[in-house]
Parts: sequence; C-alpha cells; structure tokens
Amino acid sequence: MSDARTVPMIELQSVNKWYGEFQVLKNIDLQVGKGEKVVVCGPSGSGKSTMIRCINRLEEHQRGRIIVAGIELTSDLKNIEAIRREVGMVFQQFNLFPHLTVLQNLTLAPIWVRKLPKKEAEEAARYYLGRVRIPDQADKYPGQLSGGQQQRVAIARSLCMKPEIMLFDEPTSALDPEMIKEVLDVMIELANEGMTMVCVTHEMGFARTVADMMVFMDKGEIVERAAPKDFFAAPKNERTKAFLSQILAH
Amino acid sequence: MTTDEATLTSARARPALWRDAKIRGIAYQVVFVAAVAGFIALIVHNAIANIGRQNIATGFGFLHREAAFGIGESLIEYSPADTYARALLVGLTNTLHVAALGIVLATILGTLMGLARLSSNWLVAKLARVYVEIFRNIPLALQLFFWWGLLDKMAPGPRQAWQILPDVFVSNRGIIYPVPLSNPAYKWVVAALGIGVVAAIGLHRWAKRCQAATGRQFPTGWVALALIIGLPAAVFLGFGAPARLDVPVLKGFNFSGGDAVSPEFAALLIGLVVYTGTFICEIVRAGILAVNWGQSEAAMALGLRSSQRMRLVVLPQALRVIVPPLTSQYLGLTKASSLAVIIGFPDLVSVANTTMNQTGQAIEGITVIMAVYLSLSLAISLAMNVYNRAVALVER
Ligand SMILES: Nc1ncnc2c1ncn2[C@@H]1O[C@H](COP(=O)(O)OP(=O)(O)OP(=O)(O)O)[C@@H](O)[C@H]1O
Ligand SMILES: [Mg+2]
Repeated sequence: MSDARTVPMIELQSVNKWYGEFQVLKNIDLQVGKGEKVVVCGPSGSGKSTMIRCINRLEEHQRGRIIVAGIELTSDLKNIEAIRREVGMVFQQFNLFPHLTVLQNLTLAPIWVRKLPKKEAEEAARYYLGRVRIPDQADKYPGQLSGGQQQRVAIARSLCMKPEIMLFDEPTSALDPEMIKEVLDVMIELANEGMTMVCVTHEMGFARTVADMMVFMDKGEIVERAAPKDFFAAPKNERTKAFLSQILAH
Repeated sequence: MTTDEATLTSARARPALWRDAKIRGIAYQVVFVAAVAGFIALIVHNAIANIGRQNIATGFGFLHREAAFGIGESLIEYSPADTYARALLVGLTNTLHVAALGIVLATILGTLMGLARLSSNWLVAKLARVYVEIFRNIPLALQLFFWWGLLDKMAPGPRQAWQILPDVFVSNRGIIYPVPLSNPAYKWVVAALGIGVVAAIGLHRWAKRCQAATGRQFPTGWVALALIIGLPAAVFLGFGAPARLDVPVLKGFNFSGGDAVSPEFAALLIGLVVYTGTFICEIVRAGILAVNWGQSEAAMALGLRSSQRMRLVVLPQALRVIVPPLTSQYLGLTKASSLAVIIGFPDLVSVANTTMNQTGQAIEGITVIMAVYLSLSLAISLAMNVYNRAVALVER
C-alpha cells in the first residue's frame, strides 16, 4: 500500500449499454481510486443514473468491463453478491422498507447478509443513527419521519454494511430546501473520513467542497472530467459551459 | 381561562341544527333504520297472512321428523330414517368439506399461477395468462356443467375407465384411487410425523435465537424438511415398509377396493378451485406488483439474495394488499359452493331444497340456509381480519 489513491476501487473500461436501439452509455471510461470522491453531473437523460447503477449491477452493461473492489462484474451471481456487499447505495426516493422500524431497516442486511448477531447489529445501527444525527428515532417507522430524516436513515442503512464504496443518485433531489443541508452535512462528514464516493448531484456547493474529480456527462458520454476548481473556473467543452451557466444561474 | 376557551369553541362549533354534520348523520341513520324495519314488517305480515290462508304449518318442528329421502354421499352416518335435522347436517358437512378443500387448493393454485404470471420465462407466463383468461371469463355454473359432463356423462363405465395415474381411475362412478391398507405401523408413522413437526418447530425457534445471538444462519428449511419427512420414513422402514395398498381392481361391473370421490363432488371441487384460482392469481400478482420496484432495488443494493428479498422485503408488503381481497374470494368460493344444487351434489342448499319440497316450509328452510351461510361468512371474515391485523402496516 503505497499511495492509497493509486488503488483503483472502481474501474470502468469502455462500457457500453443499450436500451433496445437506444444507446444510453457510450464508451464510458472511469477510474475511482480508494478514498476518492467523484461528482457526476449532466443534463437529464444523459445516463448518469444508468452509469452508477451499473456499478452495483442494478443495471447490466453489454460491452466493456467493470471492476469493483478488485472483482469483475459478470453474470456470476457470486461476484455480484460480493460487490453489492462492498457497495452502498443511496437513492433519490430513499426506498426505506415501510414495514420495518428504522432500527430493523438498519439491521436487516447486517443480520442476513453479514450474518451478525442481532445485538451487535443493533449496536452498530444505533451508532450510525447517532452519526446521521437521529439517535432517537430508532423505533419509529419510516413513514413517521421527515424526508430529510428518511434520507439520513437510508444513508445509515447503507453504512451499517460497512461498505468500501458509497454511490449516491441525486440524494437530495426529492427534498425540500431546508432538509437538503442536513443530508449534505452528513455526506460531507462521510467524505472527510475517507469514504470512496460517487455522487450524482447538482448541488454544486457540495461538489466544490468534497469532489476530487468532476465528471460531466451528456448523451451517454463523459464529455469532460476535471478537478473542481478547473471544472468550474474554466470548463473546456461548450456543452459543459452551457450546462454550468444554466445550473449556476439559480 | 381554559373553561372560557372551551365555551368559546363549543359556541363556534354549534351551527343551525339542519347544518350540523353530526345531527344530519344521526337523522339519516334513523330514517334508514325506520325504512328497513317498515319494509321487513310488511313482508312478515304478508307472509303470515299467506301462510294462514294456505294452511301451511310453521315453526321448526319439522326438523325432528323423519326425512325419508336418501342422500348420495355423506361424511357422517345417515339413512333415510334419520331426521330432517340430520339430513341438513349432512348437507352442511358436505358444504364445509368442499369449501374447506376448495379454499386450500384454490389458494395454492392461485399463488402458483400468480408467481407464474410474473415469471421471466415467456412460456410459463403465457400459459398462466391463458389459464386466467379462459377460466375467469366463463360463468362458474357453465364450468361446473362442463366438469360434471366430463366426469359423469363423458367418462366411460368402470370397464373402460381412464387411468390417469397408476391405479387411479376416472369413470362415471367417480375418481377411484388406492388407499393404504390399515396396518398397526401407520399409527407409529403418524406419531413420528407429529414428533417431526414438533421437532421442526423447536428447531426453527432455536435457530432464530441462535441467529440473534451469534449471527450464524442454520439451514432450518432443509433440516426441518428432513425431520418431517425423514422421521416418519425411518419408522415406516423400521416396520419393514408395510406398503400394502388397497388398490382398486375391476370386479364385474365396478371397482372394488380403493376409495372414491363422486363425479359430483369432483366436478364441484375442480370447478370452484379452477375458477377461484384465476382471481387469486390476479390478486397475488397485483399484490406483488404493488410493491414498488425501488424496494427490491434497495434490497439488492444491500446484498440480499433474491429469495431473501422476496421473503423479507416484498412478501410482507404484498400480503397487506393481498389479504383483504383474498377474504372476498374465500367468501365467494364458500357461497358459490351452493351451485352444487345444479349438478346434484348434496350440499346444504341441495338438501334444504329437498326438505322444503317435502315439508312445504320454505321460509324455515331459507332461514336455515341464510343463517348458515351468514355464520360461515362471518367466521371466515373474522379469521381473515385477525390475520390481516397481524400483517397490517403500522407505517404512520
Ligand atoms: N428501462 C429503460 N428503458 C428504456 N430507456 C431507458 C430506461 N431507463 C432509462 N432509459 C433512458 O436512458 C437514458 C438515461 O437515463 P438515466 O436515468 O441514466 O438519465 P439521468 O442522467 O440519470 O437523468 P436524470 O437526471 O433525469 O435522472 C434516458 O434517455 C432514459 O430515457
Ligand atoms: Mg437519474
């Protein structure tokens, strides 16, 4: 282990994907080192969600290679399961399990996938609930929480699996403005602790704070990638410029 | 201060009488109950007047008189010398028999078909779809005639019986199948089965506690299966496997040995199961589809295997959508079993029909039928409500 940043945690090599005739991903190349934070942005329909969902096989790619935590994604269920254990994901719509309490949401996977004793799983769950600053909501049901609280529970639920990598797909897009900050604060803290992260988000303030690399996608391609200060100050591509001027206008 | 506020709010909440939602609600109910009571009084008065004019006996005294008619099949002892009450009881047990078996089998068939319709296998999904479209859209009465015609009219006599499985024959005498010859060993086999079931339940409890404590998962399913099947099998073998079956054999013009169900019972059961199964299929399918795909994705992202996703995430949520309409299907099946009368299976309605014909006491007969179906329906509703409460969502 020389420089941690040189260890690739996620590697996409000319990944292509089609929906029928329509090509969603075109020759995507991407490397994310251990502890690196990548923020992906781009117009709606550009394939951002599809790309990060390929990383934990919620979508299947058709050509190219995807290697996550040293394991190649093939149709081998064993590899898929192994990768999913190492990769946490937070969705725009939270997707908490409504029939389980917050605590049960958090302990479900550690108990059934990591095979932890219940007590140990619950201790870890309470620890992470504290980390996302809702230690006293353990026995409520998701429907009883605010959107911001639900999203933080969702983050804690992923963290309970002690993943190496966290994927975020527009985690704050379904939230009211006053709740966005509480979620972003948790994500910033997570970033500062060295978690490897890939975030699809249009929260440019957040991107400036945490990103090691900005990736701009359009029409299924990665059009531009750069460190945040270059990306925001001097975007090279016309499409990036247009997109940034639009999004930074408000 | 607080009393002031209270009077203030109550003063504000007191509109004119005819605009008060509460008082209106009560008024509507009073009017409705009065109307219903008046209607019933009218009918009762009418009926009493008619009965008086026609010199028909009233009351339930006839129940203790001799029925003097035979019943084709019965689960309990019965002869024409028994009372009408006994005859009606035979009808009731037949109804319960077919309804209970029907509910269990329709649930199994419907669930399998519902899962099949969701299968990614094209052929399986299409076949299930065809099944639903055919049997859901043909009136049940017609289907009953079809099955009955097939089993009673088209089926050959015993000599040319169709053999559908080894030693299982279909003829116009019904479906005839082998049964094990009684042997003292079977008592022990049954006992072993009981022990196996108890042991499996104990094992399940222990495994759950063990998982909570250490996280180790025990293959409960397989071991339980081994216990439940293996233990009786071991005892059976221990007795030297006395696998003597009472096999039906053709003797003269009929089969002897084995056991049989009548064409009427078989037709009614098949008809009810196949028909209700289509609705249960759609209910199960809709219930599973009602669970947001995001739930499965979240479970996948957490690394849960597909069987775990189904068991821990999807099914518990689907059940809440499935159980209430399932209750209506059970009620529907139970009530539809009264169509037995059209193919001559002696269910409660059929027996009550005969009773009414012989005694002329239609009102009492109908009362008995209604009371029985009402209690049956209420009992099913109650049981399902209890179950529903157990799976209901606490959510908000
Ligand atoms: N299941 C599907 N079948 C067909 N086309 C699809 C499917 N899922 C996505 N697409 C298409 O693929 C393209 C990329 O979708 P994707 O969800 O990845 O975009 P996105 O960049 O995440 O957009 P947004 O910002 O709106 O979330 C879109 O044009 C979309 O219409
Ligand atoms: Mg998206």
